[in-house]
Amino acid sequence: MTDQQPAIRLTGLTKEFGAVTAVDHVDLEIAAGEFFSMLGPSGSGKTTVLRLIAGFEQPTAGIIELFGQDVTKRAPFDRDVNTVFQDYALFPHMSVLDNVAYGLRVRGLGRRERNERAMRALASVRLEQMAARKPSQLSGGQRQRIALARATVVQPKVLLLDEPLGALDLKLREQMQVELKEIQRDLGITFIFVTHDQEEALTLSDRIAVFNDGRIEQLGTPAELYERPTSRFVADFVGTSNLFDAERSRDLLGREGHHSVRPEKMTVTRDGLAGEGVVNVPGTVVEAIYLGSGVRLVVDLDDGTRVTVLEQNDRDRIHDDERGDRVVVSWHADDVVHLGTEVLPGISG
Amino acid sequence: MTTHAPAPPGAPANAPGQARDAVPRPRRTPARAASVFLSTHPRTRLALLLSAPLFWLGIVYIVALVLLLVTAFWSVDSFTGEISQTWTLDNIITVVTGSLYQTVTLRTLGVALAVTLIDVLLALPIAFFMAKVASPRMQRILVIAVLTPLWASYLVKAYAWRSVLSQDGILEWLVAPFGGHTPGYGLPATIITLSYLWLPYVILPIYAGLERVPDSLLEASADLGGRTWPTIRLVVFPLVLPAIIAGTIFSFSLSLGDYITVNIVGGANQMLGNLVYTNVGAANNLPLASAIALIPIVIIFGYLFLVRRTGALDNL
Repeated sequence: MTDQQPAIRLTGLTKEFGAVTAVDHVDLEIAAGEFFSMLGPSGSGKTTVLRLIAGFEQPTAGIIELFGQDVTKRAPFDRDVNTVFQDYALFPHMSVLDNVAYGLRVRGLGRRERNERAMRALASVRLEQMAARKPSQLSGGQRQRIALARATVVQPKVLLLDEPLGALDLKLREQMQVELKEIQRDLGITFIFVTHDQEEALTLSDRIAVFNDGRIEQLGTPAELYERPTSRFVADFVGTSNLFDAERSRDLLGREGHHSVRPEKMTVTRDGLAGEGVVNVPGTVVEAIYLGSGVRLVVDLDDGTRVTVLEQNDRDRIHDDERGDRVVVSWHADDVVHLGTEVLPGISG
Repeated sequence: MTTHAPAPPGAPANAPGQARDAVPRPRRTPARAASVFLSTHPRTRLALLLSAPLFWLGIVYIVALVLLLVTAFWSVDSFTGEISQTWTLDNIITVVTGSLYQTVTLRTLGVALAVTLIDVLLALPIAFFMAKVASPRMQRILVIAVLTPLWASYLVKAYAWRSVLSQDGILEWLVAPFGGHTPGYGLPATIITLSYLWLPYVILPIYAGLERVPDSLLEASADLGGRTWPTIRLVVFPLVLPAIIAGTIFSFSLSLGDYITVNIVGGANQMLGNLVYTNVGAANNLPLASAIALIPIVIIFGYLFLVRRTGALDNL
């Protein structure tokens, strides 16, 4: 295999369940060693793409290549990819060690050899002392790490992760995100990560594909997706955006097409800001929510547009805005993102 | 983003005293009062819940069983035919040492084991198809199909098999062109008929057991490189073993106690049930019948003990 060869190449991948098209002509290349995320709301087709790559579903049309090899027709056990399942899918009747050693066992490795390797895999997720336990005796975070050890012990070329952090609470989630990233760097294998959590995708990924209605809406690095969304859907799904439709854009910004401005790019003051390219619009504070690290202000602009502004809680913030206060919302023209001219049936603003 | 309507500044929403749709208070009815009483008196609640079933279990079930056991240690006056309530081990000794009883016990045990084995072998693929392959709609249809024979009379089904297995029956007609013959009436016919009769009782628990095995476990096994056979051996089988054992308890114990099927399709063969029947009826020897009836009870207890040691009962 060469460096040029992508780990995964999907060509015209389509999956229909009866009358429903879950995946609609997806073309995608994922580079070797990449941490790649598939992000989208539930029902957007991201999990189906993962299951197609794993081999649990057969595509209606299209080709799946793994390092240049066509694996479309191969059974799951004949593919060099492994999956970390959303519910972990640990075998409840086996000990943790037997769970991790399972992939080696069905490959015909002797007991001593497979237990040794399984112990090493357990050590890599710092759970050697749990080897004799049953999965039911472990916490959610521990089960998650066992599932990871079980999938990586057979040294797959690509690891598929189906919302692996979905069942964990926030603190553990953030901790596991760091660990996942470390493990991926250590192993140097391709991770394909499915999530509906945009923050998680932004934090972890080298690149992200945003799915909507079975298609890839936008493909890019986290910064590209966040700073330059190309559609209303992406602007709204990745982070929070203040969306201006064609009419509002014409009135407020004097531009054609749909536009968005991120809440943190907006500033609220009493009298507005001076400067080149600054847009000042008066409005009334509707809601002021204290977040600890900052304040989220919901402001109704005088033309009726409702915007959300995120103000950092820094020393410069001297005034406390309250409901009903008259304020001026300002942003720089450079921070306005053009979302195209067509009307997209995305999430309403 | 935010979707709620802007509230006018300074006007608090839902101020006290503001007119709202009144929610009616629950009415005080006798039934409600009873519920209140019961919810605060857990012991009364438990007593009301359990007294009827415990009465049934205690009086009707246990007492009848104990009487049976006790009767086995009595004897029958051979002149008057009256039961004499003097304690004796004669019946037990007769049953344990008599060659007739030993032969019939072994025969009954053999039939029960054969029936159980055949039923498990038939039920496993059927239950697997029902639980893991068939569409939800097909699944419902199959469950009904498995249950339907249970609505028909046991006797009708046994006589149906008698006609199928007869010398000019449908089986003979079916296999004769290939040089085969119907087994006729005898032990093979008994095993075939009993396997048919108890099959639903074996399919249903195994089906329920397989239903409880998440599909993701099968996918995980395939994902980790497990082909069909390792997946069945290492993942599916250990997980449904308790369900399989539950099924075997049905087919095994029902076969041990049967005496009608063997009468209808078994030719001259007797099983333990037949001996009990003759001793209660024709021979008028209830104590001996009770002693014979103890044999299957002992066997079943032995079986349950063995099964318990495998840990399979923990999950039932």
